[in-house]
Amino acid sequence: MATATPEQLRTVLSSVVDPEIPVLTIEDLGVLRGITVERDGDIVVTITPTYSGCPAMEVIESDIVETLAEAGHAATVVTQLEPAWTTDDMSDEGKQKLRAYGIAPPARTELAVVAEVRCPRCDDGSPRVVSEFGSTACKRLMVCTACGEPFDQFKAI
Amino acid sequence: MNTMTTTDPRATYVVRLGDDNVILGQRLGEYISRAPELEEDLAIANTALDHIGVARYLYTLAGELEGDGRTEDDFAMLRSEREFTNCLLVEQPNTDFAFIMVRQLFFDAYQVPLWEALSNSANHVMAGIAAKALKEATYHLRRSASWVVRLGDGTDESHRRAQRAVDGLWRFTGELFDSDALEDELAASGFITRSADLSSTWEGTVDDVLEEATLVRPEDPFQTGGGRNGMHTEHLGHLLAPMQWMQRSYPGLTW
Repeated sequence: MATATPEQLRTVLSSVVDPEIPVLTIEDLGVLRGITVERDGDIVVTITPTYSGCPAMEVIESDIVETLAEAGHAATVVTQLEPAWTTDDMSDEGKQKLRAYGIAPPARTELAVVAEVRCPRCDDGSPRVVSEFGSTACKRLMVCTACGEPFDQFKAI
Repeated sequence: MNTMTTTDPRATYVVRLGDDNVILGQRLGEYISRAPELEEDLAIANTALDHIGVARYLYTLAGELEGDGRTEDDFAMLRSEREFTNCLLVEQPNTDFAFIMVRQLFFDAYQVPLWEALSNSANHVMAGIAAKALKEATYHLRRSASWVVRLGDGTDESHRRAQRAVDGLWRFTGELFDSDALEDELAASGFITRSADLSSTWEGTVDDVLEEATLVRPEDPFQTGGGRNGMHTEHLGHLLAPMQWMQRSYPGLTW
Protein backbone atom coordinates (compact mmCIF):
# COMPACT_ATOMS: atom_id res chain seq x y z
CA MET A 1 0.00 0.00 0.00
CA ALA A 2 1.03 3.61 -0.47
CA THR A 3 3.14 5.23 2.20
CA ALA A 4 0.98 6.84 4.85
CA THR A 5 1.56 10.37 6.09
CA PRO A 6 2.09 11.09 9.81
CA GLU A 7 -1.27 12.89 9.83
CA GLN A 8 -3.07 9.79 8.53
CA LEU A 9 -1.32 7.64 11.13
CA ARG A 10 -2.26 10.09 13.86
CA THR A 11 -5.91 9.64 12.88
CA VAL A 12 -5.52 5.86 13.07
CA LEU A 13 -3.94 6.19 16.52
CA SER A 14 -6.79 8.33 17.84
CA SER A 15 -8.46 5.07 18.92
CA VAL A 16 -5.60 4.17 21.29
CA VAL A 17 -6.56 5.05 24.86
CA ASP A 18 -5.02 4.88 28.31
CA PRO A 19 -6.09 1.40 29.54
CA GLU A 20 -6.56 2.70 33.08
CA ILE A 21 -8.42 5.90 32.12
CA PRO A 22 -10.12 4.88 28.87
CA VAL A 23 -11.70 8.29 28.23
CA LEU A 24 -8.26 9.69 27.38
CA THR A 25 -6.49 8.98 24.11
CA ILE A 26 -2.71 8.87 24.17
CA GLU A 27 -2.80 12.20 22.38
CA ASP A 28 -5.07 13.78 25.04
CA LEU A 29 -2.66 12.46 27.66
CA GLY A 30 0.38 13.98 25.97
CA VAL A 31 2.06 10.56 25.85
CA LEU A 32 2.24 10.57 22.05
CA ARG A 33 5.33 12.61 21.26
CA GLY A 34 5.66 12.12 17.53
CA ILE A 35 5.13 10.00 14.44
CA THR A 36 7.76 9.87 11.73
CA VAL A 37 7.76 8.09 8.42
CA GLU A 38 11.31 7.34 7.30
CA ARG A 39 12.42 7.63 3.69
CA ASP A 40 12.17 3.83 3.30
CA GLY A 41 8.62 3.86 4.68
CA ASP A 42 9.48 2.65 8.19
CA ILE A 43 7.15 4.12 10.81
CA VAL A 44 8.49 5.21 14.19
CA VAL A 45 6.08 6.27 16.94
CA THR A 46 7.66 8.10 19.89
CA ILE A 47 5.96 7.98 23.30
CA THR A 48 6.94 9.17 26.76
CA PRO A 49 5.99 7.51 30.06
CA THR A 50 3.75 9.35 32.52
CA TYR A 51 5.19 7.77 35.68
CA SER A 52 8.36 5.65 35.78
CA GLY A 53 6.47 2.68 37.14
CA CYS A 54 3.25 3.12 35.18
CA PRO A 55 2.11 -0.38 34.17
CA ALA A 56 -0.07 1.09 31.40
CA MET A 57 2.92 1.99 29.26
CA GLU A 58 3.56 -1.53 28.01
CA VAL A 59 -0.10 -1.96 27.12
CA ILE A 60 -0.09 1.38 25.30
CA GLU A 61 3.00 0.36 23.36
CA SER A 62 1.48 -2.92 22.19
CA ASP A 63 -1.87 -1.21 21.42
CA ILE A 64 -0.07 1.24 19.13
CA VAL A 65 1.69 -1.56 17.25
CA GLU A 66 -1.53 -3.60 16.97
CA THR A 67 -3.73 -0.69 15.91
CA LEU A 68 -1.34 0.32 13.16
CA ALA A 69 -0.92 -3.31 12.07
CA GLU A 70 -4.69 -3.67 11.70
CA ALA A 71 -4.60 -0.64 9.40
CA GLY A 72 -1.81 -2.28 7.40
CA HIS A 73 1.20 -0.46 8.85
CA ALA A 74 4.23 -1.97 10.58
CA ALA A 75 5.59 0.39 13.20
CA THR A 76 8.28 0.57 15.85
CA VAL A 77 7.63 2.31 19.16
CA VAL A 78 10.42 4.30 20.78
CA THR A 79 10.29 5.53 24.38
CA GLN A 80 11.65 9.00 25.02
CA LEU A 81 12.39 10.08 28.60
CA GLU A 82 13.59 13.60 28.02
CA PRO A 83 12.02 16.07 28.48
CA ALA A 84 10.08 14.41 31.29
CA TRP A 85 6.32 14.21 30.87
CA THR A 86 4.32 16.69 32.86
CA THR A 87 0.58 16.97 33.38
CA ASP A 88 0.87 20.29 31.50
CA ASP A 89 1.28 18.10 28.38
CA MET A 90 -2.33 16.97 28.79
CA SER A 91 -4.66 18.69 26.31
CA ASP A 92 -7.48 20.96 27.45
CA GLU A 93 -9.90 18.56 25.77
CA GLY A 94 -8.36 15.74 27.82
CA LYS A 95 -8.88 17.69 31.04
CA GLN A 96 -12.54 18.26 30.18
CA LYS A 97 -13.00 14.56 29.46
CA LEU A 98 -11.44 13.69 32.81
CA ARG A 99 -13.80 15.96 34.71
CA ALA A 100 -16.82 14.50 32.91
CA TYR A 101 -15.52 11.03 33.82
CA GLY A 102 -15.49 12.00 37.53
CA ILE A 103 -11.76 12.58 37.94
CA ALA A 104 -10.62 16.08 38.89
CA PRO A 105 -8.06 17.15 36.27
CA PRO A 106 -4.59 18.36 37.23
CA ALA A 107 -4.03 22.07 37.75
CA ARG A 108 -1.19 23.73 35.86
CA THR A 109 1.96 22.57 37.65
CA GLU A 110 2.90 26.08 38.76
CA LEU A 111 -0.48 26.30 40.51
CA ALA A 112 -0.43 22.76 41.88
CA VAL A 113 -2.01 23.32 45.25
CA VAL A 114 -5.00 21.61 46.77
CA ALA A 115 -7.02 24.84 46.62
CA GLU A 116 -7.01 24.65 42.82
CA VAL A 117 -8.93 21.37 42.79
CA ARG A 118 -12.70 21.44 42.32
CA CYS A 119 -15.15 18.63 42.98
CA PRO A 120 -16.04 17.04 39.61
CA ARG A 121 -19.62 16.50 40.87
CA CYS A 122 -20.67 19.80 42.48
CA ASP A 123 -17.74 22.06 41.52
CA ASP A 124 -17.06 23.04 45.12
CA GLY A 125 -13.54 24.36 45.53
CA SER A 126 -12.51 23.08 48.97
CA PRO A 127 -11.99 19.31 48.81
CA ARG A 128 -9.71 17.54 51.27
CA VAL A 129 -6.91 15.05 50.51
CA VAL A 130 -7.60 11.54 51.84
CA SER A 131 -4.42 9.91 50.50
CA GLU A 132 -1.55 11.05 48.28
CA PHE A 133 -2.12 7.99 46.10
CA GLY A 134 -5.37 6.72 44.59
CA SER A 135 -6.18 3.73 42.43
CA THR A 136 -3.09 4.47 40.31
CA ALA A 137 0.19 6.29 40.93
CA CYS A 138 -0.93 9.30 38.92
CA LYS A 139 -3.97 10.03 41.08
CA ARG A 140 -4.71 10.88 44.68
CA LEU A 141 -7.86 10.36 46.70
CA MET A 142 -9.90 13.36 47.72
CA VAL A 143 -13.30 13.97 49.23
CA CYS A 144 -15.56 16.96 48.63
CA THR A 145 -16.32 18.84 51.86
CA ALA A 146 -19.55 20.25 50.36
CA CYS A 147 -21.34 17.29 48.76
CA GLY A 148 -19.36 14.45 50.33
CA GLU A 149 -18.36 12.92 47.00
CA PRO A 150 -15.16 10.88 47.18
CA PHE A 151 -13.14 11.27 43.98
CA ASP A 152 -9.77 10.82 42.34
CA GLN A 153 -7.65 13.76 41.35
CA PHE A 154 -5.03 13.50 38.63
CA LYS A 155 -1.97 14.90 40.39
CA ALA A 156 -0.07 17.76 38.82
CA ILE A 157 3.51 16.73 38.26
CA MET B 1 36.57 -7.00 48.34
CA ASN B 2 34.50 -5.81 45.44
CA THR B 3 32.68 -8.46 43.47
CA MET B 4 31.18 -6.08 40.92
CA THR B 5 31.71 -7.25 37.38
CA THR B 6 30.80 -3.85 35.91
CA THR B 7 33.81 -2.03 34.52
CA ASP B 8 32.51 1.31 33.25
CA PRO B 9 32.54 3.55 36.36
CA ARG B 10 29.35 5.27 35.21
CA ALA B 11 27.58 1.91 35.00
CA THR B 12 28.85 0.96 38.47
CA TYR B 13 27.34 4.15 39.86
CA VAL B 14 24.04 3.82 38.00
CA VAL B 15 23.69 0.23 39.26
CA ARG B 16 23.98 1.52 42.84
CA LEU B 17 21.01 3.80 42.29
CA GLY B 18 19.10 1.02 40.54
CA ASP B 19 19.80 -1.34 43.44
CA ASP B 20 18.57 1.20 46.01
CA ASN B 21 15.30 1.51 44.16
CA VAL B 22 14.65 -2.13 43.33
CA ILE B 23 15.39 -3.26 46.88
CA LEU B 24 13.16 -0.63 48.46
CA GLY B 25 10.47 -1.43 45.88
CA GLN B 26 10.65 -5.10 46.86
CA ARG B 27 10.54 -4.27 50.58
CA LEU B 28 7.46 -2.12 50.11
CA GLY B 29 5.89 -4.85 47.99
CA GLU B 30 6.27 -7.27 50.89
CA TYR B 31 4.05 -5.02 53.01
CA ILE B 32 1.12 -4.89 50.59
CA SER B 33 -2.08 -6.11 52.31
CA ARG B 34 -0.68 -5.28 55.76
CA ALA B 35 -1.05 -1.51 55.87
CA PRO B 36 -3.32 -0.04 58.57
CA GLU B 37 -5.89 1.13 56.01
CA LEU B 38 -6.78 0.51 52.37
CA GLU B 39 -5.62 3.93 51.17
CA GLU B 40 -2.17 3.32 52.64
CA ASP B 41 -2.00 -0.11 51.06
CA LEU B 42 -2.58 1.53 47.67
CA ALA B 43 -0.04 4.23 48.44
CA ILE B 44 2.61 1.69 49.42
CA ALA B 45 1.99 -0.33 46.26
CA ASN B 46 2.19 2.78 44.09
CA THR B 47 5.36 3.98 45.77
CA ALA B 48 6.89 0.54 45.20
CA LEU B 49 5.92 0.76 41.52
CA ASP B 50 7.64 4.13 41.19
CA HIS B 51 10.84 2.77 42.72
CA ILE B 52 10.84 -0.34 40.55
CA GLY B 53 10.06 1.73 37.45
CA VAL B 54 13.04 3.99 38.10
CA ALA B 55 15.24 0.95 38.72
CA ARG B 56 14.27 -0.46 35.33
CA TYR B 57 15.38 2.71 33.54
CA LEU B 58 18.61 2.84 35.54
CA TYR B 59 19.50 -0.81 34.87
CA THR B 60 18.78 -0.32 31.18
CA LEU B 61 21.08 2.71 31.13
CA ALA B 62 23.77 0.77 33.03
CA GLY B 63 23.57 -2.02 30.47
CA GLU B 64 24.01 0.48 27.64
CA LEU B 65 26.96 2.19 29.34
CA GLU B 66 28.55 -1.17 30.01
CA GLY B 67 28.06 -2.36 26.43
CA ASP B 68 28.04 -6.08 27.26
CA GLY B 69 24.39 -6.67 26.49
CA ARG B 70 23.17 -7.06 30.08
CA THR B 71 19.47 -6.23 30.43
CA GLU B 72 17.43 -4.87 33.33
CA ASP B 73 16.44 -8.43 34.24
CA ASP B 74 20.07 -9.59 34.32
CA PHE B 75 20.84 -6.91 36.89
CA ALA B 76 17.77 -7.49 39.04
CA MET B 77 17.37 -11.24 38.85
CA LEU B 78 20.74 -12.81 38.17
CA ARG B 79 23.17 -11.14 40.52
CA SER B 80 24.03 -12.48 43.93
CA GLU B 81 23.86 -10.67 47.25
CA ARG B 82 27.50 -9.56 47.16
CA GLU B 83 26.98 -8.03 43.72
CA PHE B 84 24.18 -5.74 44.93
CA THR B 85 25.45 -2.30 45.90
CA ASN B 86 22.36 -0.73 47.47
CA CYS B 87 22.63 1.22 50.69
CA LEU B 88 21.89 -0.76 53.85
CA LEU B 89 18.95 1.49 54.78
CA VAL B 90 16.63 0.14 52.08
CA GLU B 91 17.23 -3.54 52.85
CA GLN B 92 16.20 -3.26 56.51
CA PRO B 93 13.18 -5.52 57.04
CA ASN B 94 9.68 -4.19 57.62
CA THR B 95 8.77 -4.29 61.27
CA ASP B 96 5.87 -1.92 61.79
CA PHE B 97 4.21 0.95 59.93
CA ALA B 98 6.21 3.60 61.81
CA PHE B 99 9.43 1.88 60.79
CA ILE B 100 8.37 1.81 57.14
CA MET B 101 7.47 5.50 57.15
CA VAL B 102 10.68 6.60 58.89
CA ARG B 103 12.76 4.50 56.48
CA GLN B 104 10.86 6.09 53.61
CA LEU B 105 11.37 9.59 55.01
CA PHE B 106 15.13 9.09 55.36
CA PHE B 107 15.35 7.73 51.82
CA ASP B 108 12.99 10.29 50.20
CA ALA B 109 14.83 13.19 51.84
CA TYR B 110 17.99 11.81 50.16
CA GLN B 111 16.45 11.09 46.77
CA VAL B 112 14.89 14.52 46.25
CA PRO B 113 18.21 16.45 46.24
CA LEU B 114 19.90 13.51 44.47
CA TRP B 115 17.48 13.59 41.52
CA GLU B 116 17.56 17.37 41.52
CA ALA B 117 21.35 17.26 41.10
CA LEU B 118 21.32 14.43 38.57
CA SER B 119 18.76 16.19 36.40
CA ASN B 120 21.73 18.41 35.47
CA SER B 121 23.90 15.42 34.53
CA ALA B 122 26.12 15.76 31.49
CA ASN B 123 24.57 12.46 30.33
CA HIS B 124 21.16 13.32 28.88
CA VAL B 125 19.60 9.89 29.57
CA MET B 126 20.66 10.12 33.22
CA ALA B 127 19.27 13.66 33.33
CA GLY B 128 15.97 12.51 31.80
CA ILE B 129 15.54 9.66 34.30
CA ALA B 130 16.34 12.00 37.18
CA ALA B 131 13.97 14.76 36.04
CA LYS B 132 11.13 12.24 35.94
CA ALA B 133 12.05 10.58 39.23
CA LEU B 134 12.29 13.95 40.97
CA LYS B 135 8.61 14.62 40.36
CA GLU B 136 7.73 11.26 41.93
CA ALA B 137 10.17 11.56 44.85
CA THR B 138 8.68 14.93 45.75
CA TYR B 139 5.31 13.24 46.27
CA HIS B 140 6.91 10.38 48.18
CA LEU B 141 8.58 12.83 50.54
CA ARG B 142 5.39 14.78 51.09
CA ARG B 143 3.62 11.60 52.11
CA SER B 144 6.36 10.08 54.28
CA ALA B 145 7.02 13.39 56.05
CA SER B 146 3.34 13.91 56.84
CA TRP B 147 3.02 10.36 58.17
CA VAL B 148 6.08 10.71 60.40
CA VAL B 149 4.57 13.91 61.82
CA ARG B 150 1.22 12.18 62.44
CA LEU B 151 2.85 9.23 64.12
CA GLY B 152 5.43 11.18 66.14
CA ASP B 153 2.93 13.79 67.26
CA GLY B 154 0.15 11.21 67.67
CA THR B 155 -0.59 8.83 70.53
CA ASP B 156 1.95 7.70 73.12
CA GLU B 157 2.18 4.36 71.34
CA SER B 158 2.68 5.81 67.83
CA HIS B 159 5.25 8.26 69.23
CA ARG B 160 7.14 5.45 70.96
CA ARG B 161 7.22 3.37 67.77
CA ALA B 162 8.26 6.30 65.57
CA GLN B 163 11.10 7.22 67.93
CA ARG B 164 12.18 3.59 68.06
CA ALA B 165 12.34 3.56 64.23
CA VAL B 166 14.34 6.81 64.12
CA ASP B 167 16.80 5.44 66.69
CA GLY B 168 17.10 2.07 64.95
CA LEU B 169 17.59 3.43 61.43
CA TRP B 170 19.82 6.40 62.20
CA ARG B 171 23.02 4.37 61.90
CA PHE B 172 22.22 3.59 58.24
CA THR B 173 21.83 7.22 57.12
CA GLY B 174 25.49 8.25 57.06
CA GLU B 175 26.21 5.78 54.27
CA LEU B 176 23.95 7.77 51.92
CA PHE B 177 26.46 10.64 51.90
CA ASP B 178 29.67 8.65 52.07
CA SER B 179 31.26 9.71 48.76
CA ASP B 180 34.06 7.46 47.52
CA ALA B 181 36.71 7.68 44.78
CA LEU B 182 34.19 6.53 42.17
CA GLU B 183 31.91 9.47 42.95
CA ASP B 184 34.85 11.89 42.89
CA GLU B 185 35.80 10.67 39.43
CA LEU B 186 32.25 10.90 38.06
CA ALA B 187 31.64 14.30 39.63
CA ALA B 188 34.79 15.63 37.95
CA SER B 189 33.38 14.63 34.56
CA GLY B 190 29.99 16.25 35.23
CA PHE B 191 28.10 12.94 35.28
CA ILE B 192 26.96 13.32 38.90
CA THR B 193 27.09 15.51 41.99
CA ARG B 194 28.91 13.97 44.98
CA SER B 195 26.42 12.62 47.50
CA ALA B 196 28.42 14.26 50.30
CA ASP B 197 27.28 17.60 48.88
CA LEU B 198 23.62 16.61 49.41
CA SER B 199 23.86 15.94 53.14
CA SER B 200 23.07 19.46 54.34
CA THR B 201 19.81 19.46 52.36
CA TRP B 202 18.95 16.07 53.85
CA GLU B 203 19.71 17.21 57.39
CA GLY B 204 17.58 20.33 56.94
CA THR B 205 14.60 18.30 55.71
CA VAL B 206 14.89 15.57 58.33
CA ASP B 207 15.50 17.98 61.23
CA ASP B 208 12.39 19.98 60.33
CA VAL B 209 10.21 16.87 60.13
CA LEU B 210 11.55 15.38 63.37
CA GLU B 211 10.99 18.64 65.21
CA GLU B 212 7.41 18.97 63.98
CA ALA B 213 6.88 15.31 64.88
CA THR B 214 8.19 15.92 68.43
CA LEU B 215 10.81 13.25 67.76
CA VAL B 216 14.39 13.44 68.98
CA ARG B 217 17.34 13.29 66.61
CA PRO B 218 19.70 10.58 67.92
CA GLU B 219 23.01 11.76 69.32
CA ASP B 220 24.79 8.45 68.87
CA PRO B 221 27.48 9.18 66.25
CA PHE B 222 27.91 5.50 65.26
CA GLN B 223 27.36 4.91 61.54
CA THR B 224 27.68 1.73 59.56
CA GLY B 225 28.20 1.15 55.84
CA GLY B 226 29.55 -1.24 53.25
CA GLY B 227 26.51 -1.62 51.01
CA ARG B 228 28.16 0.22 48.12
CA ASN B 229 30.88 -2.46 48.14
CA GLY B 230 28.47 -5.38 48.41
CA MET B 231 28.87 -5.88 52.17
CA HIS B 232 25.31 -6.23 53.41
CA THR B 233 23.35 -6.89 56.57
CA GLU B 234 22.02 -10.43 56.96
CA HIS B 235 18.64 -9.31 55.62
CA LEU B 236 19.43 -8.82 51.93
CA GLY B 237 19.82 -12.50 51.03
CA HIS B 238 16.40 -13.25 52.51
CA LEU B 239 14.91 -10.50 50.36
CA LEU B 240 16.59 -11.71 47.17
CA ALA B 241 15.59 -15.35 47.56
CA PRO B 242 11.85 -14.90 46.87
CA MET B 243 12.51 -12.04 44.44
CA GLN B 244 14.87 -14.06 42.24
CA TRP B 245 13.47 -17.53 42.78
CA MET B 246 11.54 -17.76 39.52
CA GLN B 247 14.45 -16.73 37.28
CA ARG B 248 16.89 -18.88 39.23
CA SER B 249 14.68 -21.97 38.96
CA TYR B 250 13.52 -21.41 35.39
CA PRO B 251 16.27 -19.40 33.68
CA GLY B 252 15.01 -17.18 30.88
CA LEU B 253 11.35 -17.67 31.77
CA THR B 254 9.09 -14.98 30.28
CA TRP B 255 5.38 -14.18 30.55
